[in-house]
Amino acid sequence: MRSTAVAQVGRKRPVVPRLFTETALILGKDLILEWRTRTRLNALIFFSFATLLMFSFALGPDTKLLKENAGGYFWLAILFSSVLALGESFRIERENASLDGLRLVPIDAKAIFLGKALGNALLLVVLGILLLPVMVALYGVTVAMGFGRLFAVLALGSMAISWPGTVYSAIASNARARDVLLPLLLFPLVLPALLAAVKATGLVLHGDPMLQLGSWLGLLIAFNLIYWALGLALFPQVIED
Amino acid sequence: MGQIPLAVEVNDVSKRYGTRWALARLSFAVPRGGSLLLTGSNGSGKTTLLRTIATAIRPTAGTIRVLGLDTREDRQQVRERVALLSHTSFLYEDLTAEQNLRLLGRLIEVDFPSSRIESFLQRVGLAHRAKHPVRQFSAGMRKRLAIARLLLKAPSVALLDEPFGELDPEAVIEMERTIAELQSSGTTIVLATHLVEQGLNLCRERLHLSEGRAVAA
Repeated sequence: MRSTAVAQVGRKRPVVPRLFTETALILGKDLILEWRTRTRLNALIFFSFATLLMFSFALGPDTKLLKENAGGYFWLAILFSSVLALGESFRIERENASLDGLRLVPIDAKAIFLGKALGNALLLVVLGILLLPVMVALYGVTVAMGFGRLFAVLALGSMAISWPGTVYSAIASNARARDVLLPLLLFPLVLPALLAAVKATGLVLHGDPMLQLGSWLGLLIAFNLIYWALGLALFPQVIED
Repeated sequence: MGQIPLAVEVNDVSKRYGTRWALARLSFAVPRGGSLLLTGSNGSGKTTLLRTIATAIRPTAGTIRVLGLDTREDRQQVRERVALLSHTSFLYEDLTAEQNLRLLGRLIEVDFPSSRIESFLQRVGLAHRAKHPVRQFSAGMRKRLAIARLLLKAPSVALLDEPFGELDPEAVIEMERTIAELQSSGTTIVLATHLVEQGLNLCRERLHLSEGRAVAA
C-alpha cells in the first residue's frame, strides 16, 4: 500500500521527457548557486584577464605577433580558466555529499552530466564574451567576419572543453591531487578541439580567403558530438562506481 | 501459513574497504512496517550497512532486497522507495532551506506545490528560516532540514543514521514523535544510534554490530 502511494507521489507521467526536466533543474540549481556566490565567475574573470595580460607582457611590444596569435592566447586563457571552473563545479557537489543526495532521489545520472556540462559551457561562453573587448584592446585585433561567427566558435569551443571536462572533473573530484589531476587528464584530450578553436578564431578575426572556416567548425562539431555521446555513456559509471 | 512480506532482506552481505572488512557476511531481515535498531561502537559498520541498503555504495558480496527489489538490478526503483538520513545532510550550502526542498520536490514530482514545502518546513520548525541559506544554519538546524528532506520523499523504508545527533532536547522529542508517526503510517524503520534506550523505545528488533558482524548485545 505504502509503495503504491509513493509511486503516485513520485512518478507522474511527464509531458516533457524526464531527462529534460531533470537536466533543466540541475542547470538551474548550478546557475542559482553561481549567481549567489559569484566566487567562480569572479575568479575566472580575474585569472583569464591576468593570463591575457601576461601573454602581452611576455611577448613584448611586437603588436604584429600579438595580433596574429590573438586567437591562440584567447583560447589558452579560456582553457586555463576552465580548470578552475570545472573543479569548482564538483566541489559544491562534494560539500555535504550533495551528489549522493541527487543519486538517491533518484535522478538519471545523464541529467546530472548534461546539466553540469551545460552550466560549465555557459560559464566559459560568458567568460569568452567578457574577454573579447580585453583582447581587442590589448592585442589591437578587429573581427573581420562578424561577431555572429565568433560567437559560434566560442560556443562550440566552450562545449568541447566542457563535455570531457565535466567527466574528468567528476573523476578527479574523488582524488587527493584533484587540482593536478584534472589538467593532466583534460589538456591532452582537448588538443584537437583547442587547435580547431584557435584556427577558427584566427580565421574569424583575420578573414578567410581560402574558405577554411567550415572545416575547422566541422572538426569542432564532430569533437562535440563524440564527447557528448561518450560523456552520456561514461558519466553514470563514474558517479556510481 | 503465509510468509511475512519483507521490507529489507540482507543476505550474506560483505563490504571491503582496501584490506578491512566493514561488513562481514551479514544476514538479517526486517518485515514491512517493522523497525530495527542497529547498535554498535564507532566503526562497527552501522553507517556502511545503511548506505549499502540505500544503494549509495555497493556491497562487495551478497545480496540486498528492498520491498522485494534487488539493490543491484533495480537500483533506481529501490531509491524511489528508500530515504536515508545520513551524517552528511545532502544539502546545498548556498541554497536557501526552501530552495533545497523545492529542488528535491521537483526532482520527485515536476509540479511539486510550494504550499507543501512550507508545511514541511513548519513541521521541522524552520518556516521562519525558509529564505535563509543553509550556510547560516547551525548543525541542529541542518539536521532538521535533512529530516524535512526525508519526510518530503515519503519513503516506504526510512534509514536513519544517528537521527538524534546534534539536536537539542526539544528537537529530540520532536524527532521521536516523527519516527513514531512514520511507523504508524506503515514506513519501515532501520535506525542506527548510540542512544540505545531511546532506540529501544522506538524499535521492535535490535541488531548489535561489532567489526561488521552481528553479535549478541
